[in-house]
Amino acid sequence: MQYTLLILILPLLSFVVLGLVDSKWKPKVAGTIGTAVLGIVALLSYYTAWTYFSSAGISGVYQKIIPFQFEWLRFTEHLHIELGILLDPISVMMLVVISTVSLMVHIYSLGYMKSEKGFERYYAFLSLFTFSMLGLVVATNIFQMYIFWELVGVSSYLLIGFYYTKPEAVAASKKAFIVTRFADLFFLIGILFLSFYTKTFDFGILTSGDATVFASTAGASFMGISLMNWAMALIFIGGAGKSAMFPLHIWLPDAMEGPTPVSALIHAATMVVAGVYLVARLFPVYDLYAPDVLHGIAYVGAFTSLFAAVIACVQTDIKRVLAFSTISQIGFMMVGLGVSGMGGHHGLGYMASMFHLFTHAMFKALLFLGAGSIIHAVHSNEMSNMGGLRKYMPVTHITFLIACLAIAGIPPFSGFFSKDEILSATFEFSPYLGATMSLIAGLTAFYMFRLYYGIFWGKENKQHHTPHESPFAMLLPLVFLAVVTLFAGFIPFGEFVTNDGAPYEIHLNRTVAVISVVIAVISILLATVMYRKESVVPAKLGTTFAGLHKAASHRFYIDEVYMFITKKIIFKNISTPIAWFDRHVIDATMNGFAEVTQWTSVRIRGFQSGRVQQYAYVILLGALIITGLIIFI
Amino acid sequence: MGDLFTNFFSGIIPMEAYIAVSLVMFFSGIYGFISRKSLLMILISIELILNSIDINFAVFNRYLYPEQMEGFFFALFTIAVSACETAVAIAIVINIYRNLNNVEVDSLNELQEPDEASENTEVLK
Repeated sequence: MQYTLLILILPLLSFVVLGLVDSKWKPKVAGTIGTAVLGIVALLSYYTAWTYFSSAGISGVYQKIIPFQFEWLRFTEHLHIELGILLDPISVMMLVVISTVSLMVHIYSLGYMKSEKGFERYYAFLSLFTFSMLGLVVATNIFQMYIFWELVGVSSYLLIGFYYTKPEAVAASKKAFIVTRFADLFFLIGILFLSFYTKTFDFGILTSGDATVFASTAGASFMGISLMNWAMALIFIGGAGKSAMFPLHIWLPDAMEGPTPVSALIHAATMVVAGVYLVARLFPVYDLYAPDVLHGIAYVGAFTSLFAAVIACVQTDIKRVLAFSTISQIGFMMVGLGVSGMGGHHGLGYMASMFHLFTHAMFKALLFLGAGSIIHAVHSNEMSNMGGLRKYMPVTHITFLIACLAIAGIPPFSGFFSKDEILSATFEFSPYLGATMSLIAGLTAFYMFRLYYGIFWGKENKQHHTPHESPFAMLLPLVFLAVVTLFAGFIPFGEFVTNDGAPYEIHLNRTVAVISVVIAVISILLATVMYRKESVVPAKLGTTFAGLHKAASHRFYIDEVYMFITKKIIFKNISTPIAWFDRHVIDATMNGFAEVTQWTSVRIRGFQSGRVQQYAYVILLGALIITGLIIFI
Repeated sequence: MGDLFTNFFSGIIPMEAYIAVSLVMFFSGIYGFISRKSLLMILISIELILNSIDINFAVFNRYLYPEQMEGFFFALFTIAVSACETAVAIAIVINIYRNLNNVEVDSLNELQEPDEASENTEVLK
């Protein structure tokens, strides 16, 4: 399966070519090339998935295949870094997800970004991102993953800051980069801890369950917590940064300043699930050596999910609602992983989490692309500028509705199946956590339909011009993703992706399913009552819970807390004194050297008169003096 | 000194006599080099210095190591080198004359940095 290398090389080539020619080619050519390359990559990914899953491996258990690997750096016998391609159920699944969503976004952008300045640059960055993300998921070792991890961070930075003349976009891109980079610092420390004791970076060895690999970690502890717990928790912090877990979520809502298709690709479907993927990748290690951390992940996920869902209920910018919804759904995935065990029925949470990752990528990309289509028509992100759009944009309306139903968990849409599996796994782990997650699922249904009604129903706003349906290039991805969303739930996902490779047959847990559907329907009805027609209920509720409403619409002041910590504490108490020391001690020393040198040189510059005879005179005098010294002393 | 004159008048020229001539030539050259203002005169002074050294080579070889020839040959080399050097120097002098219309050594201070101490200070700060 050497051809899988092409999946990585093609987007990279596309990036290099499009980046180098920049605006020398017509935008249309650049867009077509980028899209065509992605089309090939997508086909290759599907073919890879087809061949991988049809060859069931040894006794029906999917094996890890490494079709390509070479040693990139060799420091010592143990410390060497490989670059390669690892195919196993989750990486193959991610290949399919990434290439599909990326292809859809490429096609969509042909319409959405048309006549935008920097169109070629945009496509070059998209290719770079696709390359990095694909490299991340097929990484054979944790160091390769880290390299590509940073690369997706950079391409995310570049794409958020695509409108670099807009100060908000610049600020948002910096914020995203710095926050995720800060988290990556912990990731790196975690990697170093882990590999220092296990003497390997390789995922195959780390996840093999071989106890000898971890033998040297036994007994090692720091501040009363075992070393493995430290290492895995630090690695999770890296994942939490990328996946926008509380309290590192602050960059994601701001990242919505980027072009909408970018939000669909990076900040909904692919990059933000990198943290989930990381935990899934190292799942056996978490399960065997750091179960406490794994449970911690579940609680962090649940809290983040609740937190983001509450905020999403009061946001008015449609992209921000979707951003918080993404955070909330990633929380779901984390919970799924956190409550999971190894293999068979215990591995239900893991399977469900991956399933949800898959379905969420599709319907959230659909939601974002739909939002893009709406923004394209209305030229605004604010819900107050919309309303009654269903007449003007029938296709967008229907596809958006499908995605809303999917995320709300209404059968037979895909979100129902995956979310239901997560819920039943959570109920088995802890009924309280399960109940919380069901509540959050209800909140999800509520805020999604608040969004839906706010956009497509309600009072029509006076527009500058009549809103029109988007061009074909934008509708095609919407329809395609809507179809996927409709049918993805029926994929027997457990047959393909489980944490031990053995197929697992999904049984719907009837009780959980019925409860969650009832909750979802009630929430949707509630949203219908409150938002379908203009109603005084939301305003009344807003005044009743004034404190909560205000706090939620300010995103619980987390950004303010960050600003306080950075500006008032770090900048004032640490950075300012250091800057003073730098300016007044280090720079002053150097200036002192320079001034002494200059002072001396001004004094002795007279010797360099440029008069030849004077020089000769001095030379003669010197010679005489030396001669005299030699003769008389 | 007695020996010197005795030998002188007896027809044998002593080594010191040659060295005395060479010494006079050398310091005449040095004096000319320092005091003359014309480049051509300076050039002639240099020639004088070189010639005095040639004499020294020949004399020391003749009196101290009569059976060897290195000193004479070295003198020949020095003459050749000084000829080349003179040729180059003359060329330079001609160029200077074309540019400055004189061959005064004091007018040759263009290679020196202009006197702008204040400006240098600004750059450093």
